[in-house]
Amino acid sequence: MNARVLPYVLILPVTLFLCVFFLYPFVLVAQQAFSIGDGFSLANFEQVVSYWKFPISLQNTLLLAAAVVPVQLALSLLMATMVTRMKKGRDLVLYIWTIPLGISDLAAGIIWLAIFESSGFLNSMLHGLGVIDRPESLLTYQNPWIVFLAIALAEIWRATAIMLVILVAGIGLIPKEYYEAAEVFGASPWQRFLRITLPMLRPSLQTALVLRVILAFEIFAVVAALGGTLFPVLMGETYAYQFDLLNSGAAAAMALIILAISIGFTLIILRVLRVPKGASI
Amino acid sequence: MTDAVTTDTRADTRKAGRILYVASIVLLCAWVIIPIYFLLINTLSSPETINSFPRSFFPEFDLGSLTFFAGFAGMLSALKNSILVAGMTMVMSILIGAPAGYALSRFEFRGKGLFRMLILLTRAFPLPLLALPLAVMFIRTGLDDTAFGLALVHTTLAVPFAVLITFSLFSGIPIELEEAAWTLGCNRITAFTMVVLPLILPGITASAIFAFVISWNEVFAAAVLTIENRTLTAFLLQNLDTSPLHLKFAGGFILVVPALIFIFAVRKYLFAMWGIANR
Repeated sequence: MNARVLPYVLILPVTLFLCVFFLYPFVLVAQQAFSIGDGFSLANFEQVVSYWKFPISLQNTLLLAAAVVPVQLALSLLMATMVTRMKKGRDLVLYIWTIPLGISDLAAGIIWLAIFESSGFLNSMLHGLGVIDRPESLLTYQNPWIVFLAIALAEIWRATAIMLVILVAGIGLIPKEYYEAAEVFGASPWQRFLRITLPMLRPSLQTALVLRVILAFEIFAVVAALGGTLFPVLMGETYAYQFDLLNSGAAAAMALIILAISIGFTLIILRVLRVPKGASI
Repeated sequence: MTDAVTTDTRADTRKAGRILYVASIVLLCAWVIIPIYFLLINTLSSPETINSFPRSFFPEFDLGSLTFFAGFAGMLSALKNSILVAGMTMVMSILIGAPAGYALSRFEFRGKGLFRMLILLTRAFPLPLLALPLAVMFIRTGLDDTAFGLALVHTTLAVPFAVLITFSLFSGIPIELEEAAWTLGCNRITAFTMVVLPLILPGITASAIFAFVISWNEVFAAAVLTIENRTLTAFLLQNLDTSPLHLKFAGGFILVVPALIFIFAVRKYLFAMWGIANR
């Protein structure tokens, strides 16, 4: 086989596979969302949007993303810069910090449930400190902020690792000479971070943020484990339409709404953090 | 005199900074490990202890919760399904993804940019949502509620990673090695199997493990696409409202364990593959 045809033969399986299981389902989901019976209709969207839970679940999802993603960004930047300065024990620390990468959102939810449930470790600690005498239910509808806090903490705990990995890889690509030059001219560590690390890291920041924000809108199992029905989110409502209400048209409409929000935010991030042409490493 | 004082204070600030630096690293490690430790305590406690208050901060090494988990109807078959689906995902994503990774690293061809675009595009979409339309398609083709059908969806999640990781791995092996093998009488295929494959095998294993973890952890598509043959994540999710606490904790722990081992196994490759995936 000659070198002209061979690459196409090699990429054919993936391309076919993604056409069948990635592109085609998108056509299907759009079709499902925009039709009732045979004709074109927006009825699914109207139904979904006018449901009383929709504004709450949209608000919850956005609020959670707004609370979680900036903290994760700051935390992962801090961790990444700390680890690059490290000489001894770097591998061990990096392994520990990336452990949550392999932990599913459901398991993360269950882990934080062990802390926040009424006979859990948070209450036990408070009891040990003498703050409370008997276990108090924390994850109830009377305490919406504790539910929110528990979910946000579980998300920060679980999903900072993915940003950390991307940023550590990105920092590794920045040439050492830049830092040496800056040091020669007397730049402080903080100046070096602001003037070299941050601008040079832009492509990695872009990837990390896009990935993280999309995953933030997909939040589902953490919420199911910790908040249940107390804290409706978009993905959970989509699941409910498909299963509890057996309305796949409405579920498809929800899917498209989540998709539209994700694409919107992806475009914003790409625009804000765009890398000038010819300025990459 | 004044000189000595300034160097002294400078040494002091440096020392204080050093302590702060080490302390924050230890603190961040604790932040990751302690919640997992709490789950471990719960898993190794008897069901009665889990519902008692206040809780001890040390495990009592009672296997009551785990035996309950193993005896719970449907749990072991869910565990088996999870392993089956993840295993199939692992094999399929490597078989489909690795050739494309090789093509990207070795050839310049028309449409290469477009192809990379397609791969990167998959990461900019909430993929589990694809399970919704596929549920209908699978009912038509008889793939509904089968491990294979779910593995196909999980492969969609894992294959872009497989392509990008193998691309970076193959790029790390100089083409001169292959060319030398050709001049020594190998053809393309034997040169690949005798020279490139042995070098690449550890990396391929790492990306296969990564595909396994992606599938093992996936909740939404698994819950949408399986009904009788639930995977462990789908089973736990479905029973969240009704199952007792000790069942949740034991189930959560079983979910975490392979992840811990696998991340340890692939830790060397995590950073290399993301470095390339950024570009």
